[in-house]
Amino acid sequence: MLKIKTAFFRFLFHYLCWWLVWILLCTVVLHRLNIEWTLAFADAVVTNTLLALAGFGIFNTNKVYAPRRGNYIYSAGIILVLSLVVMILSKSILGCSGLISNADYQAVLEASMPFRFVFSLLMISCISLLSGIRHFSKQQEENLIRKEEAERLLREAELSKLRQQLQPHFLFNSLNSISALAGTQPGEARKMIQQLSDFLRGTLKKDEQQLVTLEEEMNHLQLYLEIEKVRFGHRLLTEINLVEHCKKMMLPSLLLQPVVENAIKFGLYDTIGEVTVSIEAKEENGMLSITVKNPFDPQTSGKNPGTGFGLSSVQKRLYLLYARKDLLETVPSGNIYITTIRIPQIK
Amino acid sequence: MIKALLIDDEPLARSIIREYLQSFTNITVVQECSDGFEGVKAVNVHQPDLIFLDVQMPKINGFEMLELLDQKPSVIFTTAFDEYALKAFEAHAVDYLLKPFSQERFDIAIKKWLEKGSTPATTDLLSSVPLKQPEEQNRVVVKSGSAIRIIPATEIIYIESYDDYVKIFTADDVYLKKKTMNYFEETLSTSSFLRVHRSIILRLDTILRIEPYEKTSHIAILKNGSKVPLSRSGYSRLKEVLGL
Repeated sequence: MLKIKTAFFRFLFHYLCWWLVWILLCTVVLHRLNIEWTLAFADAVVTNTLLALAGFGIFNTNKVYAPRRGNYIYSAGIILVLSLVVMILSKSILGCSGLISNADYQAVLEASMPFRFVFSLLMISCISLLSGIRHFSKQQEENLIRKEEAERLLREAELSKLRQQLQPHFLFNSLNSISALAGTQPGEARKMIQQLSDFLRGTLKKDEQQLVTLEEEMNHLQLYLEIEKVRFGHRLLTEINLVEHCKKMMLPSLLLQPVVENAIKFGLYDTIGEVTVSIEAKEENGMLSITVKNPFDPQTSGKNPGTGFGLSSVQKRLYLLYARKDLLETVPSGNIYITTIRIPQIK
Repeated sequence: MIKALLIDDEPLARSIIREYLQSFTNITVVQECSDGFEGVKAVNVHQPDLIFLDVQMPKINGFEMLELLDQKPSVIFTTAFDEYALKAFEAHAVDYLLKPFSQERFDIAIKKWLEKGSTPATTDLLSSVPLKQPEEQNRVVVKSGSAIRIIPATEIIYIESYDDYVKIFTADDVYLKKKTMNYFEETLSTSSFLRVHRSIILRLDTILRIEPYEKTSHIAILKNGSKVPLSRSGYSRLKEVLGL
């Protein structure tokens, strides 16, 4: 705000200086035309003040309604009208003012009218043009900043997308399991490498905007679950129940994985012993409704395990895609934490 | 014979340590544990010389488990999380192995420990892993009798220093824990806890009112009726936080 203010005052200062120079110049020219100093000066002040006001007006109009291709005629019209107004006003002020009753001067004033009109026209056009250039370059600068900002945001989004998908802990722990299997069960190690590769490939090639069928999404999720079962097979059980016709319904790709990951994390780290994570899908009022359940401990997790992990990103994606905030729902029910996602189907 | 204990919730992660240990014939694995509760019991039963400890485990994590031990054996952390290195260093870990680790890296950790005994390898540790500030703690794990209790920070009313220990007051009990006041001042959320006295850390929303006490000092009266002293600087900090 302060910066804008100082910039404005600097502009005002330059503008006033510019008109002072013209006032002096005009005074000298008028004096040369045999008009006495005081009259010449008064004339120059009145004319140039009016021009300064007109110029300031056009400068500010240009700021709000930047001249664009097609409305040059409109701008030219404004300049013409302003010049006429300046001419008439200056004449009436100088002519009617009781102070100036010099007959010679009146004659010069009358004779110089066309010249004054052209002078005003040129002056206002010049200001209009300068202000246009100024606004244009400012706009260019702003566009550049905006573009850079947008690019930065895009890059950040890309990075966070990668981070989200590539869960480094999951990856390193899986690699550690493979390392363990390589020594004793090379066959199993090879199988797990295959699953991990397929999973990573599936994660990398998918686009966040893309819609996939529930069947495709579940196939991808299955790979993830298989890997988690190698790590936690002794504790982790999964139950998957999909209503047959829902398999062809669509949902944003990779939406379920963070939800299931969250469920597994909470199930495994919040309880001791066997953990059953269940995934159900059904149709509800024309929407695809997916429910993920996991055990948790309301005592130690507080009321809402969803806040710490990836559910907020799911919420955000759903909002960006469908502009609705009610599509993700989390409800603790006793020792079971229930996460429900509803996906509107676009026909 | 050197007694070692493996504590990790993933069976495969334990099996690889067991495999790597085969080349050290003087080290024997006395037990494998899959969570911190088992770990505490096993440490008390076997009194191991060395434990291999995972960080993220069910219910209580590796650090919380260590806090529950009276006799602390040497610890080598094994984890996929690199952000706990500073904490591991503070817990006087021998080494910090990032999963997956090689036999060579594992051997270095063991040999270092064998040579130096239980002296922590501080400088190596600090240089090999990126450091992060300790994270905010939203729960405290304590031992009460033979049971282990996890107290959510929201249930703590205040903490009072008590020699080398602190007393943790909750609505229904008082727990002892061997930690410093500074530790809690640093790790508990600063938006809900405040050190109001050299020996008191108070949860702000338990305060019912503040009253003058004697001539110059103040006390806070809590919702459960207890009264805690406020030091002069503690009182001014409290006024600032509460916006008085």
